[in-house]
Amino acid sequence: MRLISQVGDWLDRRLQLAATVRETAGHRVPRNTASWFYVFGSAALTVFILQIITGILLAVVYVPSAAEAWNSLQLLNHQITLGWYIRALHGWGSEFMIAIVLIHMVQVFLFGAYKYPRELTWIVGVFLLLMTLGMAFSGQVLRFDQDAYWGLGIGASISSRVPILGPATVKLLLGGPIIAGATLSRFFALHVFVIPGLLIAFVGLHLLMVLKLGINDWPMPGRVVNRSTYTEEYEELVKKDGAPFVPYAIWKDLFFTAFVLLAVAACAFYFGPFGPSGRPDPTIIQTAPRPDYFFLWLYALLSLLPPSLETPALLIGPVVVIAGLILLPFLFGEGEKSWRRRPVAVLSIMLIAVTLGTFTHLAGYAPWSPQMNAWSGDPVPQQFLKNTTALERQGALVFQLKQCRNCHALGNEGGQRGPALDQVAVRLTQDQLIRQVIQGGGNMPAYGKNLSPAETTALVSFLMTLHPPGHMPARDAALQHISTAPAAVPQQ
Amino acid sequence: MPDENTISRRGLFMKLGILFNGVVAVGLAVPVVRYVLSSLTRSRANAYLSWVPLGHINEFPEGETRLATFKNQVVMPSDGETVNTACWVRRIEGEQFQVFAINCAHLGCPVRWFPQSGLFLCPCHGGAYYRDGSRASGPPERGLFEYPHKVENGLIAIQAGELPTPGAPTAALSKERPPCA
Repeated sequence: MRLISQVGDWLDRRLQLAATVRETAGHRVPRNTASWFYVFGSAALTVFILQIITGILLAVVYVPSAAEAWNSLQLLNHQITLGWYIRALHGWGSEFMIAIVLIHMVQVFLFGAYKYPRELTWIVGVFLLLMTLGMAFSGQVLRFDQDAYWGLGIGASISSRVPILGPATVKLLLGGPIIAGATLSRFFALHVFVIPGLLIAFVGLHLLMVLKLGINDWPMPGRVVNRSTYTEEYEELVKKDGAPFVPYAIWKDLFFTAFVLLAVAACAFYFGPFGPSGRPDPTIIQTAPRPDYFFLWLYALLSLLPPSLETPALLIGPVVVIAGLILLPFLFGEGEKSWRRRPVAVLSIMLIAVTLGTFTHLAGYAPWSPQMNAWSGDPVPQQFLKNTTALERQGALVFQLKQCRNCHALGNEGGQRGPALDQVAVRLTQDQLIRQVIQGGGNMPAYGKNLSPAETTALVSFLMTLHPPGHMPARDAALQHISTAPAAVPQQ
Repeated sequence: MPDENTISRRGLFMKLGILFNGVVAVGLAVPVVRYVLSSLTRSRANAYLSWVPLGHINEFPEGETRLATFKNQVVMPSDGETVNTACWVRRIEGEQFQVFAINCAHLGCPVRWFPQSGLFLCPCHGGAYYRDGSRASGPPERGLFEYPHKVENGLIAIQAGELPTPGAPTAALSKERPPCA
């Protein structure tokens, strides 16, 4: 024991850090901040440290070359003892990190912690979020598989739409005219040196400001932030009702941190590493690239935006969102902090959560994507062929061969890009069906050039049979009127 | 001005030192910036816009659309499989061809040709194109990207050294310049 304290003294005479550390650990915080709502920042930091450690461990084996990266991941997954587990920890660590950073951000927003004097802490936090997302995307690229390859193509296509600078941005991003070795090398540099370096610097700044300005006090309805009086009030509060951070508040951080690390370890152990999926060979085109979980909402959004809105939304949207986040503490730097008195803030969070959740859910089954193998996989179900004429059966064959079920479901099998056709005859008359098949429209391609008149006739006569038993197929009331009852049928 | 008159020897040296560092920094920054931008400034003319042969025209039956693969003209050792690229070759008749990039004009995913329905379909966001590459439906704002091609001595060759993107569709750019530039 004496030896340890002697070594400690020797070091501290030279480093002179002990006093600073003691002061930092013992700095007083308002008692009401020792709450389970205040644990997300420290958890994010801990997961970040886990990412650094597992990242370094992976870099020991990973080869950042387009020719070797995929093989080195296979090596990690299958050859090296527990290589799969380190990959899984890093992958799940990244998912947890984004989730915790987002929760932290929501908590800070709802508790009004971005208001005076903590505006800059919030802004640095916004950049930390952007860097975390940058790490997630570049990390997905380093998992150099099919999804990474085509994901880069998507990134390039989006950046190319920037006016004037677009094509140059693409070449700068890819390190050349195509996605190749140079692309992976620069994403490796971004993921391993550039963004982590910035992250460490910004995390340091973020923490420094939390210490200097004090942790945000628990928001009380009616305790309004005023620039001229806030600092005094806060100091008063800490003096009157404060307690040293260690050990008064830190034990909750410690418990939550351990819980999060345990959760990451359990997910990594139970679910294993992410990919890699197929080899990054661009000539293998039988692939349906999907982004990682936290970018799925974007994938859905890109499918659902009208074409004319897409480029403006892609280019202006991020600028507006980031500018909004940065301006937030300047626009609403004073006033009520408590979420109980800020209904717009609460509703905004709910709206954003529901929107992102819905898009993410939709992206899970991608109803807008055609089923690329529906035509060969699922024959027209028998119940649709009972009691049909030869012409109608011929139509069912056309239906099968022309791959209508890539986009249309029949008997719950097939794509969801277009409407299900089980009852189409109730909705469309014979003429409307013919027109729709030949000319397309409403997001359906025109098949006029691809169907002979005989095929069209057969197909439409089959489609006319698709109505529930007992239901009349739709008829053109006007035609009925002319041919059968010249007098009193009202026109639709 | 009193300040200028009373400047000290040390103060002057400090200012000169800062100036000296500034000059050296600019001198260092120029090559660094040129290095960083090298993927932009590298001359386009020679390397990647040369003609790449896809094969003999008899490999592509008339009236059909077939997948062809080619190797990029510029290959680095670290490129691996990424130098291989696929494209769709449509032989209309005789020596009339259309060569489409594999990349969807929406966001670059690989489109697949379905001869039965006569459509190119994209697996990502559901873009669809007719057999001549024109837009049929879905999010793309335009038809498929076409590579400039030529038929010589029974061989079909294309100009395809660049990833076609909505902002820089290779074909449109190269069509404006003389074919052998």
